Amino acid sequence: MSPVTVTVALLVGVVIWVLVARRLTARSWETGSEAGDIAAVRMAPARLGLWIFLAVVTSLFSLFLSAYSMRSHHGDWSHVMLPDVLWINTALLVIGSIAMQFARHAVGRGLLQRLKLGLIAGGLFAIAFLAGQLVAWGQLRDSGQFVQGDPATAFFYLLTAVHGLHLLGGLWVWGRTMKRLLQGVEVVDLRLSVELCTIYWHYLMLVWFALFGALLYL
Amino acid sequence: MAYVAIADRDAPIHDPHTFIEKYVWSQDHKVIAIQYALVAIFVGLVALVLSGLMRLQLGFPESFHFVDPSHYLQFVTMHGMIMVIYLLTALFLGGFGNYLIPLMCGARDMVFPYMNMLSFWVYLLAVLVLLSSFFVPGGPTGAGWTLYPPQSVFAGTPGAGLGIILMLVSLAFFIVAFTMGGLNYVTTVLQARCRGMTLMRMPLSVWGIFMATILGLLAFPALLVSAVMMTLDGTLGTSFFLPATTSMGQPLDHHGGSPLLFQHLFWFFGHPEVYIVALPAFGIVSDLLSTHARKNIFGYRMMVWAILAIGGLSFVVWAHHMYVSGMNPYFGFFFATTTLIIAVPTAIKVYNWVLTLWKGDIHLTVPMMFAIGFIFTFVHGGLTGLFLGNVTVDLPLSDTYFVVGHFHMVMGVSPILVVFGAIYHWYPKITGRMWNVKLGKLHFWFTFLGTYAIYLPMHYLGILGVPRRYFALGNTVFIPDSVHTINKVITIAALIVAAAQIVFLYNLIVSLRRGEKAPVNPWRATTLEWQTPDTPPKHGNWGPRLPEVHRWAYDYSVPGAKEDFIPQNEPVDPRLGSGRDHGIRH
Ligand code: HEM
Ligand SMILES: [Cu+2]
Repeated sequence: MSPVTVTVALLVGVVIWVLVARRLTARSWETGSEAGDIAAVRMAPARLGLWIFLAVVTSLFSLFLSAYSMRSHHGDWSHVMLPDVLWINTALLVIGSIAMQFARHAVGRGLLQRLKLGLIAGGLFAIAFLAGQLVAWGQLRDSGQFVQGDPATAFFYLLTAVHGLHLLGGLWVWGRTMKRLLQGVEVVDLRLSVELCTIYWHYLMLVWFALFGALLYL
Repeated sequence: MAYVAIADRDAPIHDPHTFIEKYVWSQDHKVIAIQYALVAIFVGLVALVLSGLMRLQLGFPESFHFVDPSHYLQFVTMHGMIMVIYLLTALFLGGFGNYLIPLMCGARDMVFPYMNMLSFWVYLLAVLVLLSSFFVPGGPTGAGWTLYPPQSVFAGTPGAGLGIILMLVSLAFFIVAFTMGGLNYVTTVLQARCRGMTLMRMPLSVWGIFMATILGLLAFPALLVSAVMMTLDGTLGTSFFLPATTSMGQPLDHHGGSPLLFQHLFWFFGHPEVYIVALPAFGIVSDLLSTHARKNIFGYRMMVWAILAIGGLSFVVWAHHMYVSGMNPYFGFFFATTTLIIAVPTAIKVYNWVLTLWKGDIHLTVPMMFAIGFIFTFVHGGLTGLFLGNVTVDLPLSDTYFVVGHFHMVMGVSPILVVFGAIYHWYPKITGRMWNVKLGKLHFWFTFLGTYAIYLPMHYLGILGVPRRYFALGNTVFIPDSVHTINKVITIAALIVAAAQIVFLYNLIVSLRRGEKAPVNPWRATTLEWQTPDTPPKHGNWGPRLPEVHRWAYDYSVPGAKEDFIPQNEPVDPRLGSGRDHGIRH
């Protein structure tokens, strides 16, 4: 479809191949052969589940992006004037991600106070990012560019909205983790949740880089 | 209460007691499977009735005034969409996937049972939204199952207001449901297999379902993207797919959208979708053939690799559906080439099925008859696919009944035959009862021969140039009288086939109470689901201890063994080789 899709497809293919290639060449069906390692991938099911989910979301965003790039390569394309606040939002998202990483580090060592600090900051900065995105929407609308306008503007609203919705989903899980933290659940039992949230935060940050980059340059 | 997928049960577990816990809000993969299957079969029957109505109109154009041109288009669309997505995809993955993956892998349940339950309920919601579009003003959309804009949202098309929006919303729900189920299937296969069940010992049914799920997880997002963008075009007035045009003589507000973009997105999903319904069928039919021919599957590893290769290739052929859209000739050349390359792994599978039968001890049971029937219909549908894969042959045949004949053979009839075979095969395990053999055979012959009577003549109609999605042919000059006669014959055959399905449903329902009690392993099969302590398997599947696997799934007719099959969980007897390397090493 477009270079974006092809690259992503290749990457997904490589990852799958690395994960399973060794098992696919095993002749374990021959009776008496060693059964070997059973789990194809050694990790908690929830963690593997998250990675597979991220593959699905990657497919989703790269399709949105390739739709965007196919359309933007037509001659009549005019770029959106991106509001400057997007740069601030990007910084907020990065700080959120760093805070989450801090929390993840703390949860691994059982440091409750640092965990609290990191987790709360991670969530709040994500919320601030979303608020900032709304500000950007408002500014764009006030400058007279709304969805009925040309496709470039519509794409801007669409891509930011889809990204924001994914972040909202992440905040829901973050909220449940916060609740358990405040209820005094043991730190070890929070470890998986915090780690998965962190992965998701980093992931959505990368997605935002890709979207922002596409909006700027494609 | 749900089970941990892989754990020996040391403490007694709170099993569900009330009716609601057990059968409604159930987290047991077997109950969810049955819920999925019943809903899918129900909407499938709706689609069957729609096809009957269309056939009445086509066979006897002057006689049925309740089918007007708008209705015809709506029936075509709903029939196609329901059959492909809401019946076949849901039944193979939500139904068979849910039932078979944990049992065949030796797990107690899926790894995320709660999400599995949600998956079913969201699927049900999707079906209800879809069916509700029959009752809204304007009726369901008549845009064709491909939903191409701009016509799908223009006033001239039936259901262009609410109908198309409900269709898109329903698809979005379906995709959410599928993703929740799919995450489960993939993670369960990767993480929850019992001891000894390596990837290369899994039955091909699991392989087919597994790969189909991966395809679905990566391809459905394309449908979601196009559904979201088209919904916005239809409601908020964006112009993703709508160029500046006029509708009914009035210029519209839209400008700058690209209809071609939709086609790319749709078929980037649409072609893998063909394999989402084909791969589970491939897998299941392999197991049916091997079990009922009492022979190991020919070329197991090749079969697995072929499944993976087909899955991978299915992402790079989508534009063969767009040859008539006016593409760059090199583009067409590329897609014709990839399309023909896919025929290689597919042909390997067909050879291996036939070689599995070769010199087998074939038991012509009802599931076996359906499995063999599948080989016929699939080869026919596959061969016409080679015609259509070539740009120059496709151009004149595109949008004719040749295409209708082709895709019904390859992705309609073939998977459906496997569905029937699979239902007959696993019914004794699911219900604990046997069905009536005579009725089963009757059902097979009517369905198998009947589908040939319906679809073979369609290829001929297509070569004559009869267009698809046409309400009536009228007195078109190039259409000879024989076409009208053929259309009558096809309609009669279609009605007979539809009636034969009543025999099937009757057999299933009546056997629930009246059928003989099924033995634990009526087909003397090797795979784990037949080795459960109870039939039907109880909640948690395996009683106190999980099974342990010692061999592949295809130890049939092993020389020197006591019986002509050795279950996968039977420990290895050092004095015996396996069927596979007999004579090669000892
Ligand atoms: C007895 C069984 C069936 C009969 C009699 C039947 C009949 C028909 C008819 C008359 C059409 C409309 C042709 C036209 O005017 O263009 C059609 C379209 C279609 N059918 Fe079936 N069909 C049957 C089963 C199936 C199954 C099992 C599938 C599953 C894949 C299927 C998928 C489709 C699709 C995708 C279309 C195209 C819809 C469109 O053009 O938008 N059909 N069928
Ligand atoms: Cu295709």
